Amino acid sequence: MNVLLADGTFTQWRWRIVRDEAPAQPHDVLPLARYRTLACRDAVALWLAPGDRPEEAAAFLPQLPLVAIDFPQFKDGRGYSLAAILRTRYRYGGELCAIGEVLIDQLFYLKRVGFTAFALRADQDPHAARAALAAFSQSYAGAVHPALPHFRRNLSGALP
Amino acid sequence: MYRYDAIDHTIVRERAAQYRDQLQRYLAGQLSDDEFRPLRLQNGLYIQRHGPMLRIAIPYGVLSAPQMRALASIARRYDRGVGHFTTRQNLQLNWIRLQDTADILDELAAVQMHAIQTSGNCVRNITSDAFAGIAPDEVIDPRPLAEILRQWSTLHPEFAYLPRKFKIAISGSHEDRAATAFHDIGLFAVRGSDGSPGFRVLVGGGMGRTPMIGSVIRDFLPWQEYLNYCTAILRVYNRYGRRDNPYKARIKILVKALGVQPFAQQVEEEFAFLAGGPNTVTETEFARVAAHFASPPYVAGLPDSIDAGGDRAFARWIERNVRAHRAPGYRAVVLSLKRPGFAPGDATAEQMELVADWSERFGFGEIRVTHEQNLVLPDVQAGQLHALWHEAKAAGLATPNIGLLTDIISCPGGDFCALANAKSIPIAQAIAARFDDPEYLDALGALDLNISGCMNSCGHHHVGHIGILGVDKDGAEFYQVSIGGADGSLAAGGRVAIGRIIGPAFAADEVPDVVERLIEVYLQSRQPGERFVDTVARIGVDAFKQHVYAARAELAEVA
Repeated sequence: MNVLLADGTFTQWRWRIVRDEAPAQPHDVLPLARYRTLACRDAVALWLAPGDRPEEAAAFLPQLPLVAIDFPQFKDGRGYSLAAILRTRYRYGGELCAIGEVLIDQLFYLKRVGFTAFALRADQDPHAARAALAAFSQSYAGAVHPALPHFRRNLSGALP
Repeated sequence: MYRYDAIDHTIVRERAAQYRDQLQRYLAGQLSDDEFRPLRLQNGLYIQRHGPMLRIAIPYGVLSAPQMRALASIARRYDRGVGHFTTRQNLQLNWIRLQDTADILDELAAVQMHAIQTSGNCVRNITSDAFAGIAPDEVIDPRPLAEILRQWSTLHPEFAYLPRKFKIAISGSHEDRAATAFHDIGLFAVRGSDGSPGFRVLVGGGMGRTPMIGSVIRDFLPWQEYLNYCTAILRVYNRYGRRDNPYKARIKILVKALGVQPFAQQVEEEFAFLAGGPNTVTETEFARVAAHFASPPYVAGLPDSIDAGGDRAFARWIERNVRAHRAPGYRAVVLSLKRPGFAPGDATAEQMELVADWSERFGFGEIRVTHEQNLVLPDVQAGQLHALWHEAKAAGLATPNIGLLTDIISCPGGDFCALANAKSIPIAQAIAARFDDPEYLDALGALDLNISGCMNSCGHHHVGHIGILGVDKDGAEFYQVSIGGADGSLAAGGRVAIGRIIGPAFAADEVPDVVERLIEVYLQSRQPGERFVDTVARIGVDAFKQHVYAARAELAEVA
């Protein structure tokens, strides 16, 4: 799987998004429901559909190197909240990859809510995608990147 | 008023550049219509009946004189020299060319303005009380908190692809002049038991095809936490709001489906993770923003009385269009955008420039837009009212009808809007022409008449004391009439209610007669001091209904 990383570089991953029922192989990224039923979870990861509950993935997060979140349609914004919950509530620190209908004009917000990798739809222009990651040099609300709102960034960042 | 700092400037400039690139890619065929749609909508650009319409944000309805001049200049050069002020305190330009839109956004950015999130399925422009900071009944000045909310919601990465649009209103006075009960979130400023400021939080109000009054889910929320609490509400909505049917996608449908208490419980559970977190507003940030809204240098010791000198027309204007002010010797003046021959809320470029000039000569260079689609000069010396009145009258902006029957709220309707079932503006104009008699209007007293061209309710017909809704009947335009709607303002007796439909719809040419019949019932039935909406609340809809339809049956017989 060819992915764009948050730093603007492209890389070839061995991970493979599995959407069918084929027997699990190493480097498979499986739907949450399937992942939960596995006896051995070595070398596999999981992906969340927009309606999945990240609460149900919480127990697996500490050992997961990768979580993917699916965007069946780019207009379906549930994945942004799922990402924010994984990052802020469960302190998930591994790779977070957007899959599905991932378009360049959504990249900046995806990065802001904690995605670190983007499996772009095949027709997306890589140069424009790289530029879109840096569309804004400033932001207001605190999210994940950056976590602090603009009004705390020039201070120590300490909470009251 | 708020002035941009380096961060604000950077964001609007980078946003304009981002949009220019998106527009170019769309025009080059690299973005499909579907992919470009949310991008253009979140920059205020609709594709309308005649072509593109651009909706420019006027955050909580506050404008400076230079900003008003820039809007006039844009309206003149890129449109047909007219702008339409909306019920959400924004400005719409109806005759824009797609290829000019990126240049317009650049020009707006140069005067600290933008069109960000004035449409689309995201958090829209924050609306508030047009008399904020000057109203004598104010408890808490909502403007600093509206501005902090504007910044927080602008380009919020988590909430740009919500199930549907999301509107937040904030009010800080005893009287609710921001219709907080009819917003996705209504923030009504109150003081806690220890006197500390905070909000009563309402959720799930709205108009549209399923009108609902918002439900209180928090009696008191400390102001420091309001961004966290809004995050919690929006996150629950983003995750669980319906996405299968756009007509059932607003938060009010979710609140109703879950029940208010279970919904509130989910919000509280989410809020528990967020309270005290990074988006908690600091005293320092509040003070920084509040400093922008410090009182202007009012002159002390001005005479506070107004001598109309026996001039009845001036006295009527004073009574109808001039509001009390917190500073002795000052008044707020409402410039009526409701006058014969113009669509409600429309202003020409020349009028916008005149208003900008007056705001400097008769004030401190500030202008407000009301949700009733009028303009306000907030700081006029009592002794200068007569001079201002003369100039406003000459410019056609002194119709003494604020709060009266002809102060009609109307959407652009079928003349412009691709969604409309029926025209709104000709109906508003026909009613305005029929009742163009100041003595008669005065005798009627407070009466809100609101017109929407379709169920989307942009003309707020659900809260009109008389509401008129355009409907399509086998391809013909008809109008459904409701009465008794109330937006929570004092003119509505502080009541909050959705109007009740009186019966079958009417043809366009019947509507002024129907309004007249409704008024006849009111005039016959009213008790001393009772407004139209009070009489409806007391005697109910039936008496009105009978009189209207009896008269219609008589006419049919004669014919």
